[in-house]
Amino acid sequence: MKRSYRSRSPRILGRLIALASVLVFSGSSPQKQLSVYSKAANYSVMVAEHNGMDYVGLLELLEPLGTVNARANGEHWKFRYNEVEAEFVAGQTRTRVRGGELNMPANFVLENGRGLVPISSLITLLPQILGGSITLNLSGRRLFVGDVAIHFTAAVGKGDPPKLVMNFGNPVNPMIATEPGKLQLVFTHDAVVSPGSQTLTFDNKAIPSATFEESNGTAILQVTTTVPAMASFSNDGRTITVTPASTPVLPAHAPSPIPPFAPPTVAPPAAASSAAGTPVRRHVFAVIDAAHGGDERGAALTGQLQEKDVTLAFARRLRELFGLRGISALLARDGDLTLSLDQRAAMSNASGAAIYIAVHATSEGNGVRLYTALMPSGGGNQGWFLDWETAQSSFDGLSQIAATSVAKGLESKRVSVRTLIAPLRPLNNVVTAAFAIEIGPTGDDVSQLSSAEYQEKLAEAVVSGVEDVRDQLEARRK
Amino acid sequence: MIPRHLLIAVAVLGIMALGMSLYVWSIRGTVVRTDASTPNTQPVARPAAGPSEQVTLYVAYDEGGTLRPQAARIPLPSGRQERAEELLRALVDIYLSKSSPHVLGAGSEIRGVYLADPGLAVIDLNAAFANGHRSGVLVEELTLSSLVATLSANIPAITRVKILVDGKERDSLAGHVDLTAFYDVSRMNQLVNQLSAEP
Repeated sequence: MKRSYRSRSPRILGRLIALASVLVFSGSSPQKQLSVYSKAANYSVMVAEHNGMDYVGLLELLEPLGTVNARANGEHWKFRYNEVEAEFVAGQTRTRVRGGELNMPANFVLENGRGLVPISSLITLLPQILGGSITLNLSGRRLFVGDVAIHFTAAVGKGDPPKLVMNFGNPVNPMIATEPGKLQLVFTHDAVVSPGSQTLTFDNKAIPSATFEESNGTAILQVTTTVPAMASFSNDGRTITVTPASTPVLPAHAPSPIPPFAPPTVAPPAAASSAAGTPVRRHVFAVIDAAHGGDERGAALTGQLQEKDVTLAFARRLRELFGLRGISALLARDGDLTLSLDQRAAMSNASGAAIYIAVHATSEGNGVRLYTALMPSGGGNQGWFLDWETAQSSFDGLSQIAATSVAKGLESKRVSVRTLIAPLRPLNNVVTAAFAIEIGPTGDDVSQLSSAEYQEKLAEAVVSGVEDVRDQLEARRK
Repeated sequence: MIPRHLLIAVAVLGIMALGMSLYVWSIRGTVVRTDASTPNTQPVARPAAGPSEQVTLYVAYDEGGTLRPQAARIPLPSGRQERAEELLRALVDIYLSKSSPHVLGAGSEIRGVYLADPGLAVIDLNAAFANGHRSGVLVEELTLSSLVATLSANIPAITRVKILVDGKERDSLAGHVDLTAFYDVSRMNQLVNQLSAEP
């Protein structure tokens, strides 16, 4: 009985806390934040509300930009940024910065030793503290320190298919989402500013307009389209091109389009292309999926090296080597983008590719591991429609053949390799031969994972292994 | 005019309050010192109920990336569900030990195992288990297969397994191994066989 009491009471307490959290937080709006763009760093700080006004912690705000410290003494709060001193008094609007007096639009708040100033006061405070100009977008909660704004132009060409080309002053890395009728680019860490007008209109039926909006520390560029569209990056991230999705650009060496979201339904590839009544597409042989990306970094391989970066570099290398052999290959992501597993599988399924290769990386183990799908429970296919969870079932044998061939290619390069099954999505959702490769270092040196020489060696073996079974893979596709 | 006996009573109470305050103040330091020097007498092992039984735990070894069956004697209660929980807790204890062959994050726990007919076992991990788990395909599938194989080898008639974290469904264990699906033990056994073979 005693054991039961001990083990259950924390659980009950935990459940009550969880329930309370759900009640408190359900329906709450996203946390308010202020984004800061500067030459030193781009970052966001949380915003607190006091008396209906937005406040921000001055210490947290300026910490990434220089040496800061603060000391609370009763109602007084002394703050120092590099060599600049400031003094605030709780409940008062008057403050001293660099020996001079300033008035803030609302009272200074001292909360548990933390000094909070109204965001609207930053317009007068920061130039004094930082000794330079700032630009504050109050409604969008975006703060630009110095001349860091990224301007852009957008124009739709007259060609067929129409292309919306957006040129940015610096490389950008937005999150991209598509839904029927629009394609949205969300800039969270890029200092992209309005092109002058909030609404851009283009003399084009497929891409008629775009709107620019700044809200809660982000800039959102929403492109209105009358056809499914996709975006691709070029010019080292300075150019984003939006094109109708029905006319994909698939050269082996060009940046690949970002897949539009497709609903998680599966049909045989041949049936899909003909049933849609769209023009016959140029077939992609391989879809290479660099795992993780965007908000999802994957494993932290070292302090600086993230799995998402290694997978992208290796995926690009695979695409290059496939291209050199005249084999068309498409990257599921060709930038630091957040894609769901369903989007990745849907993209592969829609492309009609003969093989899907997911790329992972690890700091543990020795050499390379190849994985084919461990199918979960289920399998209730309905006529033409396959069960999403076990869509890979009828391609399992072909996937094994491909993985075995790649394993031979790696062994021929004297790379330690192991072939396993794994419950690793989206392998089970893909309707073609599919395997995942997890590259690891050959010893303790994890930095080897980002070495061009090591990646080249592994990529050559993978491409060679796939090419050896190309006929079997193509035969199944036909 | 305040009666004399009331004045006396108030004076006595005041003296008592002062005395108590002084006493509490004097023992305050003693308690701190005692706490610092007295070893923790909390039991380090869970209270076990039931006779010890021989079981087979499928233990993951990071070195070599293998799964090895390992005989162990642990006290097991009579209830089927409680037995399942104790089995997995014994397995997790190995992973949390100093000489762990497959390190789990501190605070990793099995919150519970729920057995539902026909043949479904739901393993509920705590958040620390998943949040503190190392990220990687092999390291995650070693954990998953170790839990499933240990359960199915010792509790008869389990045919499907589902993993929850803090009572809720989670996309993956640590970014790789899928936790959204139900897994057939027979299919999972294929993986166990592969992992049991030396690479």
